[in-house]
Amino acid sequence: MSTLHTVNKSPFATQALMSCLNHCKDGDAVLMIEDGVYGALASSGMSELVKEKTGSVMIYVMSPDADARGLSADKLLGEIKGVDYAGFVTLVADHDRTQSWL
Amino acid sequence: MSETKKFLYVNRKAPYGTIYALESLEVVLIGAAFEQDVSLAFLDDGVFQLTKGQNTDGIGIKNFSPTFRALGDYEVTKLYVEKESLEERGLTTDDLQNIMYEDEDDDWEEKPSIRLVSRAEMADVMADQDVVLSF
Repeated sequence: MSTLHTVNKSPFATQALMSCLNHCKDGDAVLMIEDGVYGALASSGMSELVKEKTGSVMIYVMSPDADARGLSADKLLGEIKGVDYAGFVTLVADHDRTQSWL
Repeated sequence: MSETKKFLYVNRKAPYGTIYALESLEVVLIGAAFEQDVSLAFLDDGVFQLTKGQNTDGIGIKNFSPTFRALGDYEVTKLYVEKESLEERGLTTDDLQNIMYEDEDDDWEEKPSIRLVSRAEMADVMADQDVVLSF
């Protein structure tokens, strides 16, 4: 039994990503969408915390949202996998529930 | 001719996730028609508005980032960017668009519109205005 967590807010604007990472369980997945994609940045004040979590939780970033904001792959943490809209659907289907951190 | 006032548009939100960034730009362009002394401030997540390489093809939203490069034609030539906000996000000025204007008082020489300022300097810029509009 696992959960897909989605985060759609910038980690610099709200506590949503922080709270999500502090509540998700081993084996869960976190998908960063919309302004949530800034959480995938490789050299920000949040990077270390996110990178640490990739050991126990799969973290994904919505590529179309990252592209829109000029976040090319070289600016993002290598541990985070990019997905498209079809990948989002697959993630939803592969987990028992989806929890949105608004 | 009425008296010229100093207007500051404060941008603190990332682009696309909310409508604030686009609305700010729209109001700046409307305001530019009134020949006031206009400045833009970019701090907190607002610095993300100026990043280069934005491509919105995949999300069905208009990419308005090239519009920042046209502001010089509307005599909007002061874009203050807060250094600390960039650093907290792992960004440098190299990650931002190259935004230039032609200085009519200096033989139309091309000059950068982006002015990198410290948090303390940004506070001074804010305190120096007649009108502050927040987005």
